[in-house]
Amino acid sequence: MPSAVGSVALALAFLTAIFATVAALLGSRRERRWVDGSRRAVYVLCALVTLCVVVLEVAFAGDDFGFEVVQQHSSIDTPPFYKLTAMWSSQEGSLLLWAWILSIAASAALYSTRHKLREVVPYATATMAAVAAFFTGLLLFGKGVDPFATLSPAPADGVGLNPLLRHPSMMIHPPMLYSGYVAFTVPFAFAIGALAARRLDAEWIRSTRRFALIAWAFLGLGLLLGARWSYTELGWGGYWAWDPVENAALMPWLTGTAFLHSIMVQEKRGMLRVWNVSLIVATFSLALLGTFLVRSGVLESIHAFGDSTVGPYILGLIATVLLGSTALIVSRLDDLRSPRRIDSLASREAVFLVNNLLLVALCATIFWGTFFPLISELFTGEKASLAAPWFDQYTTPIGILLVLFTGVGPLLAWRRISWESARRVFLAPLAAAVATAAGLALFTDAADSPLALALFAFAAFALTGLGQEFWRGATARRALAGGSLPAALLAVTSRNRRRYGGYVVHVGIAVLLIGIAASSSFQTKRDLTLRPGESAVVDGRTIVYERPTVETSSEALSFGAVLAVERDGERETTLRPSRRYFRPGGAEAGTISSYFEGEATSEVGLEAGGTSDLWASAAPGIADVRRRARQADANFRACVGGDPGTPPQCQALSRLMRGAAADPSLRPVALAQIENLQSITAERLARGYLSDDAPATFRVIVDPLVTWIWIGGLIALAGALIAVWPARRARRAPGRGGELEALKEAKYREIRDAELDHAAGKLSDEDYAILDAELRREAVEILDRERV
Amino acid sequence: MDPARKRKVRLVVALGVAVLLAVALVYTSFSASTEALKPSQLLSAAPGTSADLTGRVVKGSVQRQGDSLRFRVADRDDVSKSIPVTYAGTVPDPFRGGREIVLTGTVDDGLFVGERDTLVTKCPSKFTSSNA
Repeated sequence: MPSAVGSVALALAFLTAIFATVAALLGSRRERRWVDGSRRAVYVLCALVTLCVVVLEVAFAGDDFGFEVVQQHSSIDTPPFYKLTAMWSSQEGSLLLWAWILSIAASAALYSTRHKLREVVPYATATMAAVAAFFTGLLLFGKGVDPFATLSPAPADGVGLNPLLRHPSMMIHPPMLYSGYVAFTVPFAFAIGALAARRLDAEWIRSTRRFALIAWAFLGLGLLLGARWSYTELGWGGYWAWDPVENAALMPWLTGTAFLHSIMVQEKRGMLRVWNVSLIVATFSLALLGTFLVRSGVLESIHAFGDSTVGPYILGLIATVLLGSTALIVSRLDDLRSPRRIDSLASREAVFLVNNLLLVALCATIFWGTFFPLISELFTGEKASLAAPWFDQYTTPIGILLVLFTGVGPLLAWRRISWESARRVFLAPLAAAVATAAGLALFTDAADSPLALALFAFAAFALTGLGQEFWRGATARRALAGGSLPAALLAVTSRNRRRYGGYVVHVGIAVLLIGIAASSSFQTKRDLTLRPGESAVVDGRTIVYERPTVETSSEALSFGAVLAVERDGERETTLRPSRRYFRPGGAEAGTISSYFEGEATSEVGLEAGGTSDLWASAAPGIADVRRRARQADANFRACVGGDPGTPPQCQALSRLMRGAAADPSLRPVALAQIENLQSITAERLARGYLSDDAPATFRVIVDPLVTWIWIGGLIALAGALIAVWPARRARRAPGRGGELEALKEAKYREIRDAELDHAAGKLSDEDYAILDAELRREAVEILDRERV
Repeated sequence: MDPARKRKVRLVVALGVAVLLAVALVYTSFSASTEALKPSQLLSAAPGTSADLTGRVVKGSVQRQGDSLRFRVADRDDVSKSIPVTYAGTVPDPFRGGREIVLTGTVDDGLFVGERDTLVTKCPSKFTSSNA
């Protein structure tokens, strides 16, 4: 019994997680072997949860409808790709996915720190194992979320996957978001470990910053895919709607972004310690909140997942995390105090602090808006909600300032920047910003939207500044090592992956925000009702409704249109939007009309371009088709019933049905016969649409620069990949010295960074001399410690 | 000014700005929000009341009239209380009888007039509700 294997593996996974928690806590006070034991237990946990996932996936692949979850979310006709990904369209499957990703991330984190952070790791292990115990326990004891629940006898077929979700990005989007949510558990757990063990230097950050960056990248990719799906699949032409569930994924991404910046300040300068642990606690809590929101039904959202029984438990976990972490932070305040202060407001750390405040303010605003229905119910007794304009009003200015800071941050050096250095590095970006603003205001209608104009100018500032950074880095490298400019660029990037990877991310974000600003401020949207042959003008283009189209298949009827897009009398492109009406699954021999009562999806006609996208959706006028379908259904009923006056073929059909009623073994034959006749009829009826001359309503959108949202997102992801990629370096001998080695490594990197900043003109000779001497002294201190 | 004093001043200014912004946020959110009302509440509401209508589309009630849609929306938990609705604008893919919707608009003579492009239809529950 495969389901029994799964249940046992899940139960063992739960027990292993409990064991790992207890062993890790014991190991923190007693013998080392308990800690080793807890680490191995986490590896075992990972294997067990993997086994659970494999059992479930085998059931999905093999159409084992004895599994309730398979029966509910898959069917024989479901394409193989969707069978394998249908697991996480179920509540229980998605929770299992959570546990699985967590066990993988925890194993990876513990493996990579097995020789480091001796005092911190036990508590971090206990935290991660406890979270894993929570999720496996939820699956084991929660009501109605057992992934291995069985149906007996096994049904012949399943319900199938909702057609709306049959989109590749919809299948990849959830696991990406989950990976993002879950991977934040690792830095969170190590922060808790550092607090508990009072090891509050930057070592826990150095050991987990990769996980934070990976989490951030996955969450970002999840958001991007969700936006893309909304744009191409939902038929409304937008990519963001400030829907609670979208916000729930955006919030941890924003605090995660803040965290990735502020931890650098702690690494380099030992400051912002309280802020960093608070940020990661907030990020992890927001990730849990996202998991909770989609399952709770407390807020009105497009993503209505019904109120499920697991909501209260997750809320309990969030409360525990918040209260426990706050108590821990407060009790460690004395250890968290930093010996240093920010030297100057014109330094990178000061800018990071400002950008952090902006990101957190943005997150807090979104949080307030998202939970406003609950807040207003508390104060006024009425659930009132806030719409997109309210969100835009606050998020737009903050977003514009953030673009500016993506450019300012990289231009500044750590500690301070001298006046003449500042003039040198800021000159070109400022000129670019002014030129962009003036050029756009003079030659385009961008001035109609001052906010968008400001964003474009700031983005020009940022992009020029970043380009200058690459340029100066490459020329500095070339002066040192010779070679061609591209080779020098490659060398300087691969030797300073974190820095230049980060810059690439900034380029991506600036590009993405340009796309958002242009497409939201300068979009042309028209709803047209046209008959075949008619045309309308949208934004200088003539849209001609050339002819209607019909496509039929066993599961759907699709009505579409061929739209010719002409500009200056020349054909620019052809759009083919359509709308598909799915026959409801599972119902035995329904009516033809049932096609129009089931799911319908828009297939968008899209011509993507570098300067603008042409987007069209269609709402076909199928009143006549539906009338004919009703008529056909009535005729069919009369025919099957053998009513007087029906044609002679009906007699045979009617006899067959009567026979089937008497003898159940004939039923499948009769039903197949009817279904066959119905689909032939449906097809014929649908084809009638071609000659109906029916009006169709089209939504046509001309969206400038929208493609750059996706391109910018991909650039940012590439940057994250560069920053995460491990540097090629001689394998260090594994052993006790790992931690000191890492410290030394970090200091060397700082010295190199300062060197690069000096070469790139960001540090004046005088400042560089002071800084370099300081860093070298610190490095010598580390070397002395090593000798002891 | 000595550095400690300077820091304190900066902190006070920053906190002051934060408080001001927070007050603006709270104020605008209460004035910009629209109430979410059920059809049973809307039936007794004064004409001209604007609200977010939340409820379930009555099965078989959806009719297209020219550019606009006519349908009835009932309370989520009580199908007998329903209000007629007229709406023009984009219709999200998942919209049909039986689905839960949110629509912004105003009550006019027993008819709920939806604002253009404000119709939100909930996705068919992806995570099936255990008590459905």
